[in-house]
This record gives sequence, structure tokens and C-alpha cells, in this order.
Amino acid sequence: MPEGTLILRGRVAAVLGDNIDTDIIYPGRYLNITDRALTAGHLFELAYPEIRAHLQPGEIIVAGANFGCGSSREQAAAALKFAGAGAVVAGSFARIFYRNAINLGLPAVVAPEAAGLCRAGDEIEIDLASGSVRNLTRGSTVAAAALDPRAIELIEAGGLIPFLKRKYAA
Amino acid sequence: MGMTLAEKILARAAGRAAVKPDEIVVAEVDLAMSHENADLVRKSFAEIGVARVWDPSKIVIIFDHRIPAESEKTAATHKAVREFVAAQGIANFYDVGRGGICHQVLAERGHVKPGMVVVGTDSHTTTHGAFGAFATGIGATEMAGVWVEGRLWFKVPATIRIEVGGEFQPWISAKDLILYIIGKLGAAGADYRAVEFDGPAVRGMSRASRMVLTNLSMEMGAKVAFTPVDEIGPDADAVYERVLRIDLGRDIGEPQVACPHAVDNVKPLSAVGELEVHQCVLGSCTNGRLEDLQIAAGVVAGRTVHPRTRLIVIPASQAVYLDAMRAGYLETLMTAGAIINPPGCGPCVGVHQGILAAGEVCVSSTNRNFIGRMGSKDSSVYLASPAVVAATAIAGRLAHPQAVVEEALHA
Ligand code: SF4
Repeated sequence: MPEGTLILRGRVAAVLGDNIDTDIIYPGRYLNITDRALTAGHLFELAYPEIRAHLQPGEIIVAGANFGCGSSREQAAAALKFAGAGAVVAGSFARIFYRNAINLGLPAVVAPEAAGLCRAGDEIEIDLASGSVRNLTRGSTVAAAALDPRAIELIEAGGLIPFLKRKYAA
Repeated sequence: MGMTLAEKILARAAGRAAVKPDEIVVAEVDLAMSHENADLVRKSFAEIGVARVWDPSKIVIIFDHRIPAESEKTAATHKAVREFVAAQGIANFYDVGRGGICHQVLAERGHVKPGMVVVGTDSHTTTHGAFGAFATGIGATEMAGVWVEGRLWFKVPATIRIEVGGEFQPWISAKDLILYIIGKLGAAGADYRAVEFDGPAVRGMSRASRMVLTNLSMEMGAKVAFTPVDEIGPDADAVYERVLRIDLGRDIGEPQVACPHAVDNVKPLSAVGELEVHQCVLGSCTNGRLEDLQIAAGVVAGRTVHPRTRLIVIPASQAVYLDAMRAGYLETLMTAGAIINPPGCGPCVGVHQGILAAGEVCVSSTNRNFIGRMGSKDSSVYLASPAVVAATAIAGRLAHPQAVVEEALHA
């Protein structure tokens, strides 16, 4: 996302269902990988390897309710980010995944109707500050929850690490 | 207006007279727990560039997911964490052979006190609500922030109150109760919420059984979950989002089973149907405590694990292992044909010590049955109580403990 803008545009890489758990996003057997960039190789490995194979930088994952339920593993959010996902839009998020995504600078956008509105390949535009998802391909718009100012601050900083780094640089 | 327990604890930790749901507060953290993923935390901490952690006495690190190290890669992360712990003066470090599963060790070593704010880089940190703590899981980078600042923002959760009355039927346990509740509320039924369990049935439960309720509340999305303690409780006029009443006698007549591949896919045992089983696992932070091993030993005593099936038993900690050994439970289980794994997570997280092949079926006392959780993506995991796991190991197919025990009587 270009500095200073809270509008995100990208192609929908995949539209997934409800309760996509963290084992689906990133299998437990690879939890001893602690180099974030290397997590990308195992994104969706067991259930949807084709998404990982075709994901292009900036593409957006759209899903139903309770995305990221299960484990606290940060690798799930890291794998999405380092595989190139520009954002995740879901009906709702499990809370630890949501915090992990924002803390890594990966926009996570709550839009209950987005999964019904989008198909893989559609071009969508997300306004993080006001909260909306526009489907440019289909010419329709659904409401999204506006990101909390605290989350926007973290997304703009590129995540919690750069944010704290700046705060404590003395 | 009165406060729920979650509200009370957050108000205290944020230095406020009162808080209400959906407010964002910054709370002081009393205890910060990590397991092997302390290696991820350590890396984020180093990137931030602050030299010392905020308070080494409030950090606890417990190895459990891959102990002893199953690969050279894990060995290297263990080593890096040991060096970090020594350099930062973190005294509460439980290395291989000194502890066991993080949640069990944190509890049995008395680290958790009523009213504390506890964060852990593990989702089942909700377990510690059985000790009256506001305890929740966070990610590794967020934990690095806690190591730097000693505080964290929280959205104050609304609270669901669950009151349980009546008597447990024979062979029904806390595991069946919480699986029943998860089946009713769904995998997202308590998302972002606090859960307060109470009622005569909960007050009559052992601490170990109460930990099963708070542990598994995570699987319906709960941020924190509590069972009653003497030291701190909700106000009498606290405001709840929802109150659920369960009567054990009326609602839970048989053991409950969570079927693949979702924890909320819960059925009474008799509705699951005929199921050949290849592996049974008794362990984890949910059901690897002494009372669980005792129940399982009671079911398998004098019987033999079915030839088709293997029974893997994992005491939750070194202390549980020793107690179970002294009580003779391990001898009973081994005589029946069980293998005893060292205390730790093992197959629960699908890493080692009991991985499933394609086409295999496992009945497990653990807490997740997601696709590929315990091995092949083409394996299946059914979650059940320790009694059902033990009975199934003997029968070689999903079985009611009563049937297994009676069969021998008639034989
Ligand atoms: S026993 Fe299983 S659920 Fe519990 S901490 Fe270990 S891996 Fe997680």
C-alpha cells in the first residue's frame, strides 16, 4: 500500500468459506520456522495449495465468518503477508489472528457481505478508513467496518515492530 | 452498575474505577507466558531494538511443543531461547524434563493468581481463568511489545454467563459438558466474548475439570473464560450479554464427540455410528491430568488395547507423570498395551510422537480436529473424553465406556 493512502485495490485471489482455521492457513508441523519470510512457502499447504501457487503480490483473500480461528500462531498471518497477500477481507475474524495481522501490517477488513459479493478474479477496492468494499468488476459495494485508529496507525507504520522501533529509537 | 469478572479485572489493571464492553483500555500485564515460540518473540524483540525486557520476573517460558527436540531445526531454536533466557535473567524457564505442557506447568507451579492479567503466545491461555485470571492468547510480535512495555490494549469483552446445574450422569465429564456447549454455540459463538461458568455443578467440579471448561472455551472463540474462585468474582448486578442454563441430567445423557473437521461438529456418541479407530490419544492441556489418567486406567484395567489400535498416553507434566506412576495408573495403562510419551504436546499439534497416516482415524482427548491437525490431511480426528478414548482403544472402534466395562463382566 502506498504511504499515506488508506485505499487499497487488488484482484481477489480466492473466496473461501466460514471458519478457515489456522491449521488450514499454516500447518502446525511448520511452526518451528521462525523466519517470517520462509513461512510463505507453506501457506494453505494442506487444504488449498493452489491458492499459494497462483497468489500474485497485492492480491486479496476474501472469506466468510471467523477467519483465522484456532491457534495463536503468528505464522498464519505472516505466511499470508510474505506470500504477497495485500489484505484479507472476511465476514469476521478470530481475535488473535486479527491482532496478528494488524501487528504485522497486513490489513484485515471485516465485511460481512463481501464473500457473497466477490468471485475469484474480481477487482476490488477497499477504503480502510471509512469502511467499504467496492467490487469494481461487478459495480457493487458492501459496507465494511472502519479500521480502528489504533489499527490504522499500525498499518501505516508497517506493523508493530517498526512502530515500536520508532517510538523507542533514542 | 455492577461489573462482570472480566470488566473488574480489566478496570483494576487499567487503573480505572469502571469499564464497560467495547471500550478500549490499556492494561498492565502481570504475567507473560511463551513456549517454543519464544524464539519468534525474541526475534521481534531484537528487531525493536530495546536491550532489556520490562520485567524478567513476570515472564515465564516453558518448552512443550517439540520436546525433546525432534529435529536439528528445533534444537537450534531451543538453544537460541536458552541463551536469551540466560542473557535476560528470566528465572521462570522450564526446559526439557523440568516442566511439561505450558498451561499445566503455569498452573501447577502457582504462577497464576486470581485477578491477574495473563497473556500467553498460545491460544489456550484461556485455561487460566480457572484460577480467576483474565488470561488470553496473543501473537508473537504482540508479545515482543509486552516484553518491551509491560502493557497491552484490550477491547473490554461482553460476557456470556453459563450456569450449570444437575448431576453428571455416569461416564459424563467436563469434556462432554464443554463439547456440548461448543456444539450449541458454534465455533464463533463466543468470539471476542468473556465466558463465566458458574452454578452448583461447576462449583462441585475439581480444579482439573474446571480447567477443561476454560481451556476449550477457546474453541468457541472466547477471549477469556472463568470458573469461580473465592478471591474475586463478578458483582451481583453485573450485566451479561446472554445467560445460558444447562442441566446436566436433562441435557447431557451420553458422551459427546466432536467429529471431523470442526470442534463444533458435536454429536452424542450413539449418533456417530460405527467407526473403526487406529489411534487413540490421551493427553494435552485439555485432558492429560491425573484425574484423566485415573479414569482411563480404570477403563483399561485388566483389558488389552485392540490389535487394530494403538493407545498413546501423554501425562501433561512431569509432576502428573510422577503422580500417575506412583498411583499405578501408568503401569495399568502400559500393561494394557499403551505407550507413554514424555510430557508435552506431541501429536496434539501434529509434529511428532504419533502422526496419522492418510486414511487413519484417531479418537483423542485433545482439543482440535482440524484438517491435518494430527498428520495427513486425509486423516480424521474425533475429540472425546478420556473415558471414551480409553474405551475406544479397547474396542478398536468408537465405544461407550459403559459397554466396554460391561462386556468384560459378561465374558
Ligand atoms: S497440548 Fe495441544 S493445544 Fe495444548 S498447548 Fe500443546 S499443542 Fe496446544
